[in-house]
Amino acid sequence: MTTDAIKKISIIASKGSLEGIYPALILANGARAEGIEATLFFTFFGLDAILDKRLDHMKVATVGNPGMHIPTLIGALPGMSALATHMMEKKIEKLDFPGIREFIEMISDAGCDIYACKASVDMFELKKEDFCKQVSDIITVGDFFEKSAGAKIIFT
Amino acid sequence: MTKEINGLSVDVDAEGYLADPKQWTKELATGLAKEEGIELSDQHWAIIEFIRKDGAENGTAPNIRRITKIGGFPTKELYNLFPGGPAKKAAKIAGYQKPHGCI
Repeated sequence: MTTDAIKKISIIASKGSLEGIYPALILANGARAEGIEATLFFTFFGLDAILDKRLDHMKVATVGNPGMHIPTLIGALPGMSALATHMMEKKIEKLDFPGIREFIEMISDAGCDIYACKASVDMFELKKEDFCKQVSDIITVGDFFEKSAGAKIIFT
Repeated sequence: MTKEINGLSVDVDAEGYLADPKQWTKELATGLAKEEGIELSDQHWAIIEFIRKDGAENGTAPNIRRITKIGGFPTKELYNLFPGGPAKKAAKIAGYQKPHGCI
């Protein structure tokens, strides 16, 4: 291994859509599998991925998402997001990727610390009990930087 | 290239993975584990046996999720037994290439 190999990463997950959350989870899990220390910090709409009641119901964004190649007005039709979500969930299953809940469990068991952002928790009026049990704590941005000492920070 | 592991001469790639899983023996596993700083316990052997069996059926070593879901070895245990990259290290000791894929 070279001396500048990555040893530690801190990943910020800020998106509340299905396609927006997977990159953060894949990066965190992949890092641990490579023996890299990893921390996952969920903020704003990204919190949905660790909210016990929401994490099994994340949806694909069909509006404001040019990558979907669907005109905005069509994407806004009722049921479009549900349809796109269903298609992506099937793809995810076919690729044998874990669903959000299983993924969060895997990542936590792999030794990655999972945190929720205090500012967002306050804004959405959430409590520690609202989160899945893998969430270690609700922390401030200052705590986040402290925990990220020596880490590369990745924003998703 | 050829390498001497635990007194046995075998073909390995640039990263030290066995070129041919068929050349694998238990003595080689002990030697490969020693290179990774791991002393093999019964728990390690149970996982290695699963990887050998699964690898023979699928042609590649299983990833961590598969070792947990199909093999029944908890993820936490894998990280404790093979610190610093369980899927890669366990695959190497079991004589397979590292698992491909992003999960």
